Amino acid sequence: MATRAQFENSNEVGVFSKLTNSYCLVALGGSENFYSAFEAELGDVIPVVHTTIAGTKIIGRMVAGNRRGLLVPSQTTDQELMHLRNSLPDSVKIQRVEERLSALGNVICCNDYVALVHPDIERETEEIIADTLGVEVFRQTIAGNVLVGSYCCISNQGGLVHPQTPIQDQEELSSLLQVPLVAGTVNRGSPVIGAGMVVNDWLSVTGLATTAPELSVIESIFKLQDAQPDAISGSLRDTLIETYS
Amino acid sequence: MPNYTQLDPMEQNQQQDQNRATVLCCNCGVPMDGSTGLTMCYDCIKQNVDITQGIPREMSLSYCRNCERFLQPPSQWIHAQLESRELLAICLRRLKGLNNVRLIDASFLWTEPHSMRLRVKLTVQGEAFNNVILQQTFVVEFVVNAMQCPDCAKSYTAHTWNTSVQIRQKVSHKRTFLYLEQLILKHNAHADTIAIKETKDGLDFYYAKQNHAMRMIDFLRGCVPIKYKKSERLITEDSHSGTAKYKFTYSVEIAPICKDDLVVLPKGFAKSMGNISRFVLCSKVANLIRFLDPLTMQTADLPGSVYWRAPFNSLSDMSQLVEFMVLDVEPTGEQRGKYMMADVTVARSSDMGVNDQEYYVRSHLGAILHPGDSVLGYFLANSNFNSALYDSLDTENLPDVVLVKKYYKRSNKRKRRNWKLKRMAREKEEIGGDRSGRFSKTEQQEEEKAERDYEIFLEDLEEDKELRQSVNMYKANDTTNAAVSSAPESDSEDSDAPEVNVDELLDELDNMTLAK
Repeated sequence: MATRAQFENSNEVGVFSKLTNSYCLVALGGSENFYSAFEAELGDVIPVVHTTIAGTKIIGRMVAGNRRGLLVPSQTTDQELMHLRNSLPDSVKIQRVEERLSALGNVICCNDYVALVHPDIERETEEIIADTLGVEVFRQTIAGNVLVGSYCCISNQGGLVHPQTPIQDQEELSSLLQVPLVAGTVNRGSPVIGAGMVVNDWLSVTGLATTAPELSVIESIFKLQDAQPDAISGSLRDTLIETYS
Repeated sequence: MPNYTQLDPMEQNQQQDQNRATVLCCNCGVPMDGSTGLTMCYDCIKQNVDITQGIPREMSLSYCRNCERFLQPPSQWIHAQLESRELLAICLRRLKGLNNVRLIDASFLWTEPHSMRLRVKLTVQGEAFNNVILQQTFVVEFVVNAMQCPDCAKSYTAHTWNTSVQIRQKVSHKRTFLYLEQLILKHNAHADTIAIKETKDGLDFYYAKQNHAMRMIDFLRGCVPIKYKKSERLITEDSHSGTAKYKFTYSVEIAPICKDDLVVLPKGFAKSMGNISRFVLCSKVANLIRFLDPLTMQTADLPGSVYWRAPFNSLSDMSQLVEFMVLDVEPTGEQRGKYMMADVTVARSSDMGVNDQEYYVRSHLGAILHPGDSVLGYFLANSNFNSALYDSLDTENLPDVVLVKKYYKRSNKRKRRNWKLKRMAREKEEIGGDRSGRFSKTEQQEEEKAERDYEIFLEDLEEDKELRQSVNMYKANDTTNAAVSSAPESDSEDSDAPEVNVDELLDELDNMTLAK
């Protein structure tokens, strides 16, 4: 399922939301339409949580996370942390990260198994990522950009990267991530993929400006055509376990 | 096959890799090379991006219907033909937003002149995204708004002039004014003039400032013998502040003596001018009057200022000239300048075949007269003069005939000249009150007379090299004219008539009829 949404007239939905296979974070905004777009698709499967991070709306850029955990920057207030702890499932570990590059969403890009991170990220952070999210961590760049979280978007099914990523880089990244990758755009030609969309294994939400060709690329690479929330626990899971066991 | 060199398969693969489509166009989904940094294919960019967005498609131009000039903001009015470069420049300057793009081409699309629309086709290049250059062609329509320019508005407003210069010459012809017109044109002395009006016996020049008029009078003083009188009229007066507004009029009179006039000098003048004979011809009029004694070839100059101390009239003018036939020429050998003394035997052309009356005349025209020529002269034998100066002359020793100038018979064909003169635009003062639309008889006569005067003036120019030097003459580029001159001349009668050398002519610069 691929849907389009807008947050307060902005197409950069990846900035104002965070979507994983076990929870969804949505920024506190003037309009509830954005929240409703997620609630309609996810309401009875995973929790959709209104929150701010360090008092800002740009939660998608501030946090990094997957099915197993959520990393929040050090500026996150105790109250916010408590609200998240109360709202998210108990299985999700929440961890504050003391990292100079505090916009974790921009410097970390992960699915449930692998994370690509900014080359300059601290060693402690790298360890925390590996421990909390349960992923292998690779320091990488996307098409020469160090902000890997901004310029790519991956799920357990596939990944979309910056349109100028060379074929060789795509192949290299694809072999690291063990998922197919494709170069593409969102929001009518925007190369800032991570900011323009959010995705998990059965749903993607992109900006309202996203065109049909872009949407069809997203649907096919993230295998969203007939994806259902429970498909993950079926055939796919077996193959994944096989791969990573 | 031998013509083709097989490419290395590895190399081919690499090339393919480089050119491989990596992304889909975000608009149409066409596969394209993502490494260029484009996320939209060229066709979609062309369709979606409008680099001419800031450029208006409809504009208006101001146009003065009276003087046919276009306004170039803020306040310049420019003459421009339809579809001319100048007009295109005006149009393009009006277009805002053209500096954001690069103008490649601009041209007019034809429109019916009465539609008051100008259509300009523009081709521009501009950057759509980073390093994508688009070229676009579009049409801008200009609506031509007719209005009156400030100059024209001023010319229609009465009482804008402050000073008028009324130039008068009390003679029966207008040749002096025709000459003056050419002098004024050559020296651009009419630059500050608001209006020029043609009146009986002269011209009126109107000026916004008194010193402009003074400049004109100074110019005139250098050209012709004049005297002038200043008069002023009170328009308004403020007795509290002591200011008053006047209109000034300079009445300028030109000496009524013209070239080729027969003159009897007052005794005092003749004595003071080298004791010249009192019975003389006027040979030149500039700021001084030059007299020539046809019997001795003695010349004397009379400055204008001296003339006006005791002005006198000419005895007889060009209209009284009679045509004579030269029967014999005997040069006496005496020569002065272009003149050569000769004893000439002439007979009146009208006497030919009627009687055998011959006149034996001493003349200064010996150099140019040949037996068989026609010559114009004053026929004193049968003239009656009503002049006190003439009466005071010893009439016993006067010749019967005074030859003045050679007469060239010009066929009508010869009227087609290879040169022409500029004319000044001027308005006629309506003298007769009743104007019923068509020309009255007197007006028609005046018209004919003016034409005749102009013709004589042109002939004078052809005959007198000295006169020509003070006048700007232009090449007449009629196609018909060339055809006539190249045709073989059937009558040789006028073949010796003087012509103007092409070297003396100026190329025509712009429109010959001068706008005010």
